[in-house]
Amino acid sequence: MKSFEKEKRKGGFYVNLAVRSKSLTIKVIVPVTVLVLWELLSRMGVISSALLPAPTRVIESLMDWIFGTTGVAETNSGQWLNDAGSSAIRVIAGYSLAVVSAVIVGIIIGWWKFAERLVEPTIQMLRPIPPVAWIPLAIIWFGIADKPAIFLVFLASFFPILINTIHGVKTVDKNLVRAGGMMGANQWHTLRYVILPAALPNILAGMRIGVGSAWMLTVTAEMVAVNSGLGYVLWDSYYFLRYDLVIASMVSIGFLGFTTDLALKKFMEAVLPWQRGASIESTQS
Amino acid sequence: MAFLEVKNVEKIFKDEKRGTELQALQNINFSIKENEFVCLLGGSGCGKSTLLNMIAGFEKPTSGEILMDGKKIEKMGADRGMVFQQPTLMPWLSVQKNISFHLKLKGLSLRQQKIEAQKYIDMVGLTGFEKHYPHELSGGMNQRVGIARALLQNPSLILMDEPFAALDPFTKAEMQEELVRIWQENKRTIIFVTHSIEEALILGTKIIVLSKRPGRVNKVIDLDMSRPRDTTSTVFNQYKREILDLIKENKDQTEPKRQIQII
Repeated sequence: MKSFEKEKRKGGFYVNLAVRSKSLTIKVIVPVTVLVLWELLSRMGVISSALLPAPTRVIESLMDWIFGTTGVAETNSGQWLNDAGSSAIRVIAGYSLAVVSAVIVGIIIGWWKFAERLVEPTIQMLRPIPPVAWIPLAIIWFGIADKPAIFLVFLASFFPILINTIHGVKTVDKNLVRAGGMMGANQWHTLRYVILPAALPNILAGMRIGVGSAWMLTVTAEMVAVNSGLGYVLWDSYYFLRYDLVIASMVSIGFLGFTTDLALKKFMEAVLPWQRGASIESTQS
Repeated sequence: MAFLEVKNVEKIFKDEKRGTELQALQNINFSIKENEFVCLLGGSGCGKSTLLNMIAGFEKPTSGEILMDGKKIEKMGADRGMVFQQPTLMPWLSVQKNISFHLKLKGLSLRQQKIEAQKYIDMVGLTGFEKHYPHELSGGMNQRVGIARALLQNPSLILMDEPFAALDPFTKAEMQEELVRIWQENKRTIIFVTHSIEEALILGTKIIVLSKRPGRVNKVIDLDMSRPRDTTSTVFNQYKREILDLIKENKDQTEPKRQIQII
């Protein structure tokens, strides 16, 4: 038995590497092919650079935007960290507000039928209004600069978190509530020690959707009256016909969205240890 | 004064949507002394779980009352512990934290909780699984956690709703033995709901047989057998025959749903 295991581990490194390369290849093959084709067609002149700049051009501008080495990005040279930071602050501010308010309101609506009847119709009427439509009011109410942007991010992330929280609270197993009550839990205990943990998977799922929506609104929110940020660079570059920077800022927003989502996913795994390793597949043994 | 008194209890379930009502329980009267092990025996749909839920305070009787120590039962309370049919453990808590949940509500320190919980973990034979999560354990093990949880709470009355129904025969026999041992050592009052005649005869000091819907008290049988109960002995099978005859007599007596009566 022991020698067999040793053998497996010896050939294991190379086998592992091969397996890992194979799975990496599959993940990467589509985007790489697209990029190569795009580059070739641009160089051949089939794709006009006025319509779609070549990837190498985009990368060049992106690098200068980040590091400020060549000046290709003009006024944005070396500003990436600044821009990413400004956008991130707005997203974090709006998103945090949304999380706190949506979770609290969601628990109240999910738990008390009276609150649901009172508040839900109004919320369902507000929900379909796209955040963009709020821009005029946002500017009138909050003025110019960061505040309207934060408000829009808040609007975008509020509703998914709210809906998922309500669902999470409503679908708590009634027997768990009974079990808690039978052990002496009062209303507050039940909410804090039974409902909240039981609804947490749904709440976090809503939060994950919300964080995506928050980043999506960066572009819209920074369309008006801010002077820094990834969305700002996008619009500014568009006005100056610098489509390579437009794409560079799209890539940046996508990247930051991806990293925040990843961070949230890791947070979820840490906070929901009882769901670790649980999947549909694992029930088929 | 008896420990638990059930007086003229009736339970009618109203289905507003369909305009029908269902009489689950009718004219239930019995009393239980302290330290008894009472089995509520009946087939599916006879209302035994409903009756247990009312004793636990999860539901209220439509008429009649249930008194514990002379006081009317109005809502859930820590003086009546319940072991559910499905383990009903908090999936986000470890075995130890599930068992000491009651103490957490009372505000005991984490260290105290751990010490107390360990006693009961050992008692139900789950030593070594303190940090496991419910989804990592088998059904039988989870049921044991549920029992340990009820025991730690140390209520005056322990209610058990067919807790062994989902277990295989081997685990079931083991758990029944464990339960009787724990009851003998700790002397609590237990009300145990089951649809198995054998189980009721193995466990109880007294059996209350319920008829088909609407559930009525068919007979109260005091069991006079020594422990451990021998399922092959004459006296055991005499009781078994008695109960089987009772069931045969009441074969087709289920009452159908009726329209809501406006009184």
